[in-house]
Amino acid sequence: MSNPKFERPLSPFMMYRWQYSNTLSILHRVTGCALTAGLLLFVYWLVAVASGPEAYAEAQSVFAHPLTRVLLVGFSFAFFYHLLNGIRHLVWDAGYGFEKPRARATGWLVFLGAIVLTAILWVLVATGGAA
Amino acid sequence: MAQFRLPKNSVVGVGKTYPAPAGAKDVRTFRIYRFDPESGQNPRYDTYEVDMATCGPMILDALIKIKNEIDPTLTFRRSCREGICGSCAMNIDGVNTLACTRATEDVKGTVKIFPLPHMPVIKDLVPDLTNFYAQYASVKPWLQTRTPAPPDRERLQSKEDQEKIDRPAACILCACCSTSCPSYWWNGDRYLGPAALLAAYRWIVDTRDEATGERLDELEDPFKLYRCHTIMNCTEACPKDLNPAKAIAEIKKKMAERRH
Repeated sequence: MSNPKFERPLSPFMMYRWQYSNTLSILHRVTGCALTAGLLLFVYWLVAVASGPEAYAEAQSVFAHPLTRVLLVGFSFAFFYHLLNGIRHLVWDAGYGFEKPRARATGWLVFLGAIVLTAILWVLVATGGAA
Repeated sequence: MAQFRLPKNSVVGVGKTYPAPAGAKDVRTFRIYRFDPESGQNPRYDTYEVDMATCGPMILDALIKIKNEIDPTLTFRRSCREGICGSCAMNIDGVNTLACTRATEDVKGTVKIFPLPHMPVIKDLVPDLTNFYAQYASVKPWLQTRTPAPPDRERLQSKEDQEKIDRPAACILCACCSTSCPSYWWNGDRYLGPAALLAAYRWIVDTRDEATGERLDELEDPFKLYRCHTIMNCTEACPKDLNPAKAIAEIKKKMAERRH
């Protein structure tokens, strides 16, 4: 192996098919990171609350901005997906749900569940007139 | 650390195309990873057009036909051609499986064939499995006992206890599961991977084995066992329909149980 002439190449791996299994797993990690980053928004809001009415009013206008709204929708999806998939992982750790059809079904349940919960949340926000 | 790009010497180039014979009606295209260690060149993709009218139904049939009739330099492992030896494990159409049990007609479009992912390649579709076998050996896949065996008969086992190991013991060590696992790609030097852990589980739950504690001690390690993040690619890939992910979860459970 030390002779460069005989150094073996590494076989390709990034062409592995995106199946539900690895896709949902990477999504769990991505949403986890997104949640951490998204907390900065929440921290900003708390700092604004503590800094007085002017800062708070400014924060309110920042949060009313459509771009921030899109970010918040993404943040809430990340929250619900990470929460539901976290429960799925807990059930796995208890030793249940490993049969292929069941693991696929719970995968879909978690993904679609996160979309539905995100939609419900934002319908409530819109109709409740909050923020 | 997760690394997403291939090293320089592993980047795959474009190779030759072998067109179908004139008059062939039912033509399928096979794009196959090639690497010749003698050439000093990078790996490449060669494209073979095969007349399916004169070819058997399985991917392995096509590979053998290519080797026999089109390009005798094509190199791959095969033996039993019926899914029990595990030799012809490779990546077909993006997923790891056995070439002998995968039908060509189940693959849409160009049939893309790679060696098992993220492994050192010896030649063409032949990966170096030295580390994989060493990891298997490291879980001591044999019966360990302390009590003397009964003088007049075997160590007996109930039907129920045998059923616990029937499935895990059916593993053929083809390496489809381990090489489908991203954790194994990126930590294969320290994480044992689904195949070795399934073998460990097979002996941990064997009621005749008396080294369960030592076996669990051996696996109590942030990498050997706990790099499994339940991605489930292993269970999806297993051509024998076994469930390495569940076996690993059961080992983790036993680890947790014995702490209390």
